[in-house]
Amino acid sequence: MTDDTLLSARGLSLHFGKIPALESVDADLWPGEVLAVVGESGSGKTTLLNVLSGRMHPDSGTVWYRDPHRRLHDVHTMPAPALRALHRSDWGYIHQNPRDNLRMSVSAGGNVGERLMAAGNRHYGNIRAEAIDWLTQVEIDADRVDDMPRTFSGGMLQRLQIARTLVTHPRLVFMDEPTGGLDVSVQARLLDLIRSLVARLDIAVVLVTHDLAVARLLAHRIMVMQRGVVVESGLTDQVLDDPQHAYTQLLVSSVLQV
Amino acid sequence: MNGYNFAYLDEQTKRMIRRALLKAVAIPGHQVPFGSREMPLPYGWGTGGIQVTASVLGAGDTLKVIDQGADDTTNAVSIRRFFARTAGVATTTDTEQATIIQTRHRIPEKPLRKDQIIVYQVPQPEPLSKLEPSRAETRRMHALAEYGAMHVRLYEDITRFGHVAISYDYPVMVNHRFLMAPSPIPAFDNPKMHMMPALQLFGAGREKRIYAIPPYTDVRSLDFEDHPFRTTRAPHCCALCGADDSYLDEVVTDDAGGRMFVCSDTDHCETRQSQGHTGTGEPLSKRAAAREVAK
Repeated sequence: MTDDTLLSARGLSLHFGKIPALESVDADLWPGEVLAVVGESGSGKTTLLNVLSGRMHPDSGTVWYRDPHRRLHDVHTMPAPALRALHRSDWGYIHQNPRDNLRMSVSAGGNVGERLMAAGNRHYGNIRAEAIDWLTQVEIDADRVDDMPRTFSGGMLQRLQIARTLVTHPRLVFMDEPTGGLDVSVQARLLDLIRSLVARLDIAVVLVTHDLAVARLLAHRIMVMQRGVVVESGLTDQVLDDPQHAYTQLLVSSVLQV
Repeated sequence: MNGYNFAYLDEQTKRMIRRALLKAVAIPGHQVPFGSREMPLPYGWGTGGIQVTASVLGAGDTLKVIDQGADDTTNAVSIRRFFARTAGVATTTDTEQATIIQTRHRIPEKPLRKDQIIVYQVPQPEPLSKLEPSRAETRRMHALAEYGAMHVRLYEDITRFGHVAISYDYPVMVNHRFLMAPSPIPAFDNPKMHMMPALQLFGAGREKRIYAIPPYTDVRSLDFEDHPFRTTRAPHCCALCGADDSYLDEVVTDDAGGRMFVCSDTDHCETRQSQGHTGTGEPLSKRAAAREVAK
């Protein structure tokens, strides 16, 4: 672990009964870096995301996080209020299903403004201006600010979720299949958006996906998981162009070539 | 009084409620669970308030009970009579003379003194209940002072209506720490809770919660810097006493549109009338109302 490492995991293990979800997993993430976790379903990707973000406790192993003041925190032993504060401000979590994160009975502007209000912002005009600014950044028309999320399409909901998460300028965002369930053209637009936002705002991302194309497009580094074990990791292009492990080779070769 | 313990409740129950009250006073605005008893009136009619009153009532106390500000409505009359019978205490309708005031939906217009206790009947003690259905989660939110969601509700109101459209049970922040439901009093009464010299006790019988605001405690209504909290009242004078600063009830007097606005605090209105204040006198008469409709 270097002086700059943002998030560092060592020896994470977690079993669900007899099923090994994680088997001594190590991971490091530096500021501004996008790390993709790929693998087939049931390989422990989402579990790893939950453990890294402190939403789930591992059987053994530790996760360290370095805050903006360069202090190190053990994610699983830090006090619950501090962890929740982290999740509200410095971190973000983007769900596969935006309905899990959004308040469906609250207008788009209210959804985007919630984290600002939770952070103590008490000026209606500023909150609203910020919400409109963020809606524009995720390519939603500013005049939709007072509309209910239920009137939004799937792709718009996902973009709204991204605006809601990024409004507090988090340094680290966990993404769980952000493009899952969207059609291909919407996916492409969303990926483009995520890529430009992440680069511009210098956000570190842990991205869980089963889609190698998504990983190729967004990620700097990649971790390949199989049955809870990291079988291969390295630079994205390196791993995908020259896979060493048999399972990675299988994954890469099973991608449809168009 | 025969056949009953003093103030109906047995001593062990009163002791349990007093312990909850002490804890509630020690943590202003924090909801303390208590073993709410079955009372001889239905839930929603003040079972929480009546238990709190029974626990703080002493033989020398003078009790006043109001319902929507009035001393002469069913709920007020029957609870007052209940304690007159089971505790033999003096009762009054005069805010000045009362040492304990049990109330539903109002705070008396006359400022309370430090030797008085006001007991609120509370249907829903959890201010976050409409935003977060899980009680375990709302308790966590209170513990961590995570009240952003409540401001989202205010934000939505301003977005839709241009102002915060909560007219009663307007959420307050107690002592800069706990978000609290002030019970369904009109937002008009919220400023009276701030730095009130009297002890304020809240009892929710069905929900089994007690909370309190000690005397001289900071109580702020939630708002935004650019949309400060404002009270509203019907833009009329009381038809009976002419008061232009009291909270008014609209009373429909016939089926032809006739109506009058009168003070909801009956004691306040009667006191003013006995001091010689008069309103427009008559309610809008049937004929006057009919003329108005005809126009």
